[in-house]
Amino acid sequence: MAQRIKPLLLRYGPLLTTFAIFLLAYFIGGRLYPAMQRPQVFFNLFINDSSLLLVAIGMTMVILSGGGGIDLSVGGVIALTSTASAALLRSGVSPYIVIPLMIVMGVAFGAFMGWIIQTLKVQPFIATLMGLYFTRGLAYIISLTSVTITDPVYKNLALTLIYIPFIPNAYVYPTTLVAPLVLLVAIYLSFFTRFGRTLYAMGNNEQSALLMGLSVARTKIGVYAFSGFCSAMAGIVFSMSLLAGYGQFATGMELDAIASVVMGGTALSGGVGNVIGTLFGVLIHGTIVSILQFNGTLSSWWTRIGVGVLTLIFIGIQSLFYMRKKHS
Amino acid sequence: MKQTSVLKRISESRLLWPLVAWIIILIFDAIVEPGFFELGIIDDPVYGKHLYGNLVDIFNNGAPLMLVAIGMTLVIATGGIDLSVGAVIAISAAMGAVLINPALGNQLITNDILTKNATNTPLPLIILADLAAGTLCGLWNGLLVSRAKIQPMVATLILMVAGRGIAQLITNGQIMTIYYTPYFWFGNGYILGLPVSIYIVAVVLLLAWLLVRKTAIGLFIESVGINAKSTYYSGINEQNVKLLAYMFCGFCGAIAGLILSSYVHSADGNNNGLNYELDAILAVVMGGTLMTGGRFSLFASVIGAVVIWTFTVTVYSLGVPANALLAAKAVLVLVVILLYSDYTRRWINRFFERRGPQHGTTN
Repeated sequence: MAQRIKPLLLRYGPLLTTFAIFLLAYFIGGRLYPAMQRPQVFFNLFINDSSLLLVAIGMTMVILSGGGGIDLSVGGVIALTSTASAALLRSGVSPYIVIPLMIVMGVAFGAFMGWIIQTLKVQPFIATLMGLYFTRGLAYIISLTSVTITDPVYKNLALTLIYIPFIPNAYVYPTTLVAPLVLLVAIYLSFFTRFGRTLYAMGNNEQSALLMGLSVARTKIGVYAFSGFCSAMAGIVFSMSLLAGYGQFATGMELDAIASVVMGGTALSGGVGNVIGTLFGVLIHGTIVSILQFNGTLSSWWTRIGVGVLTLIFIGIQSLFYMRKKHS
Repeated sequence: MKQTSVLKRISESRLLWPLVAWIIILIFDAIVEPGFFELGIIDDPVYGKHLYGNLVDIFNNGAPLMLVAIGMTLVIATGGIDLSVGAVIAISAAMGAVLINPALGNQLITNDILTKNATNTPLPLIILADLAAGTLCGLWNGLLVSRAKIQPMVATLILMVAGRGIAQLITNGQIMTIYYTPYFWFGNGYILGLPVSIYIVAVVLLLAWLLVRKTAIGLFIESVGINAKSTYYSGINEQNVKLLAYMFCGFCGAIAGLILSSYVHSADGNNNGLNYELDAILAVVMGGTLMTGGRFSLFASVIGAVVIWTFTVTVYSLGVPANALLAAKAVLVLVVILLYSDYTRRWINRFFERRGPQHGTTN
């Protein structure tokens, strides 16, 4: 019996720890500030962190692909998408053209970075760093100041409330639903498709995945394209929630996303972890921010220190789990 | 025979590519902007006679980046990476500002104190505290990497995220302005007509060079970068070698923070040394040090930093807005990536090979 439980525990240990810490953090928050017990606060986590969740999903897939895979360009793509869409909308282009265009741009840009990484054998870190510089710079070239969006379709999507059934006074926005939908897509991709299995295989050992005849090159480019897609979606959601586009949006979001992924139990060496953990990683991040907001006197920099300390704790937990796994 | 060997030595030198890049940018400057190389002597009421001009500015403003690049080279040579240097710069700057400013935290700063040109702590103590703070950050990174065996990227990411928070914590979230004149000397002063920061870079570079080339430490660092395990088996304490590299990087970051805060007369936890880690890594990569570790060249990295800063000044002087500079930098990174990739190298080699035999047949 114990023999059967042990592998299960090792496999789901990090995920369960993440889940437990989220519950604990939320519970502590609820005890400290009774206002946090309201159901709306829970849904606010999704509303406020919807673009972070989107970005973190893409980041998880990239990190899973291994080989030092990382996507530092996410914040830049958000800035570029929001600015470009705002500028296009201002010049009178229909939102039904703008949104698909932005998604295509994100996917194409992600695929381009993936191609550089795969074909030119450039470290993902350097290639996506270039992506970050390029997209942010381009956003500033489009407009040096914030561009407001007055398009009625965007406004409708941004301001419509969707009430949650059975829970009184709890609502989300239509844009909030995008992230959970993409999460479902990511779960499907990573667990039920050839793409996902190749992803885990190459994350664990790229050489042997290649020798097995898996299409490593295509998957690697695909995973960066997926991250580009997620970032572009995040950019659209971001610009809808703020009804503006600006080159300074989402500064440092890549770090929050990486921290969330790590808190979600994904190993940065690749091949271990999943997107469900990332969801809880993002929720933990949101909970810390909410607690700080409810406190009111604690200043914003405590978020950074808190996220840093939590990342450290989670890395400690991870290495504990994985070291055991290697020894057993 | 001798000629070819000299040519070969030049073409295999690590300094070649960054120097070529620098010369290309300088030639571009010379064509586009005839006044770029103008140097003059100005008689400053505060700092005395000194040189001024774009070239002096490049070295003066680029000094923090050069310092960080020196530290980063050693870290990358051990096969690691230090993402926290920007945060270390901010912490060091915040430390200096807090020790100087008599008005701490939320206390109301009265005009009297602002104009008093006073300091709470003697200057040597401020410098020591700055350097200690940076080295401590390096020690923390080094312990995480060498003892806790955390991947360098993740280990230093923690300080990168938390470090700016710590810097803000030190200054209580404020952008602290410094009104203590002797402190400005590091970023604005001149010795024999040249900026002080250049001398600081030279001293640190010399120290680092003596450390790695005149003792066995440089060899240890390279061997750790090539294969940490076999280094350990050959009886070298690889953990301490790594620890030393990270501590030195933190130390360099602290000096950079000192110069930077002295130059801008203030400490801002959010913006001091923003993106420096990325620029420094770029400088090191440009200097030909592989990201996987191993052989390194301190001089090449410093030249890499000079190239980046020359590029920055060039783009500014073309009238490109500061924010759009990022896009130009991205193009620079892309060119560097292309130049250094095996793909291009193979292509160039093939090009030369194809030409080689043809020469043989025609003769």
